[in-house]
Amino acid sequence: MKTTPTLELAEIAEKAKAWACYDCGKCTATCPIARAGGALSPRRQVLATNLGHRENIVNNSSLFACLTCGLCSARCPVGVVYGKLILNLRQIAYHDGIEPECPHGGALQSMMRMMAKGKTKQDRLNWLTGDLKVHQKKGELFYWTGCTMYYDAFFPEFQITALDGTRSAIRVLNRLGITPVVSPDERCCGHDLLWNGDRENFELLAKHNVKLVEASGAQTLVVSCAECLRTWKLDYQPFFEGSPPKIMHITEFVAEHLDDLKFKANEEHTVTYQDPCRLGRHLGIFDPPRAVMDALPDVNLVEMPHSRKNSICCAGSTWSNCDRYAKHIQVDRLREAKATGAEFLVTACPKCQIHFACAMKDPNLHEEIEIPMRDIATLVAETLAD
Amino acid sequence: MTAVKTKRKAKKKTKQWNPNIVVFACNWCSYAGADTAGVSRIQHQPHFRMIRVMCSGRIQPGFVLKAFEKGADGVLVSGCHIGDCHYIFGNERALEQFEKTKNMVRLLGLEEGRLRLEWISAAEGARFAQVINEFTDQVRELGPSPLATGNRKH
Repeated sequence: MKTTPTLELAEIAEKAKAWACYDCGKCTATCPIARAGGALSPRRQVLATNLGHRENIVNNSSLFACLTCGLCSARCPVGVVYGKLILNLRQIAYHDGIEPECPHGGALQSMMRMMAKGKTKQDRLNWLTGDLKVHQKKGELFYWTGCTMYYDAFFPEFQITALDGTRSAIRVLNRLGITPVVSPDERCCGHDLLWNGDRENFELLAKHNVKLVEASGAQTLVVSCAECLRTWKLDYQPFFEGSPPKIMHITEFVAEHLDDLKFKANEEHTVTYQDPCRLGRHLGIFDPPRAVMDALPDVNLVEMPHSRKNSICCAGSTWSNCDRYAKHIQVDRLREAKATGAEFLVTACPKCQIHFACAMKDPNLHEEIEIPMRDIATLVAETLAD
Repeated sequence: MTAVKTKRKAKKKTKQWNPNIVVFACNWCSYAGADTAGVSRIQHQPHFRMIRVMCSGRIQPGFVLKAFEKGADGVLVSGCHIGDCHYIFGNERALEQFEKTKNMVRLLGLEEGRLRLEWISAAEGARFAQVINEFTDQVRELGPSPLATGNRKH
């Protein structure tokens, strides 16, 4: 176990362009955790990496406090890629036997590691309803469901159904005349393990998943979850043997095929949109979700003051940091959403929904921050003309 | 000589595989129930490791899934009978958590027979022994867990 070689600090600094840092401190000033009062200073971590202070970084609890939301990198005047830095530093920490304090007792990490071992046959397609047309093995287009069925089983108390988004995405694809491949052998994309520093299990998952999609013969891979999409687009690239398929988010795919879809006008709804950090800042996908919402006749989008590049993260991206600072960030964000006067908060990532739903459980703030949430695919599927 | 050899071979063949079972037990009822079984010298199968927690309500899916991840062949969750919880409603929480755990285990593709919930009171030594025997046989029937690591001693 834990044998994957890790990079030296100097190499990490070079990869992440940390040498360019001139200590201006914009990263720390903008960091949502630091703003909420947490003891995280990206500036200090960059400095410690440049100075080679291994002990200071690896044994520091703030290493796992980072949300990896990428807001600091978006603000950095010299382009330090902080995400790359933190990813590699966490691998060093994992190598030294340091792991984050996983919320939910590490159940979700255990689930991922069990999938990485991969010796069981998962029962992951029991949510498919009869009206959804899918192939199980081969086809032109592969639809990546992500782990929404696990989240629904694990968070029944939040009464959100992440699977609704998954079903809706398939419904929209079916309406476009596409029968996607939905594989029972899909496994977790390993995003969270990678960002927790566990590269070894991530690689096991990556190899399996890449092989699965390559074997399906699909030319296009459509993904609903923002985290899976980031992993497929950026982190899986070295694992492809041939040329990778075209990897798209469901909103990108729908935005391209808007002309082929007919919508009916229901009652008008005002909605606001939460840019998932993986989809927005990590991958630069800001416009397709907005183009899709624009095309829906009954949807009127109002932006929050922090949107697009300045969007605030849902504060829980890798199941590794959940604390009072995360709660603070979520409550602030929900207040912002509520202040727009929107009826729904639309997201494009199931995890944003789960984390916000959790924040809304607060009995003291209940009414102040409660706002119904919708997955963007559900919004599209509900507006499809018969 | 030949006779001895065949005898040995036969013995090897019939050697039973024994599962590795993790038992979570609450301090007030189930753990004391196991103690009662011991004090009363009730014989039962020994292929389990017991983890004592203060209340069965503490046993969240993470504990059980970690046990399976590390290669346990079966996991038994036990606590006070409903209505008898030392902390009044801890075992009701345990039931909620167990439902979640069961759903996760089913999704992950492990047999449902590898997981069990039992209420065992401090006085039910005989019942503890019976549950352990039943569960051990049930898991033995299912065979080693697909996630088992293989570096076991028996």
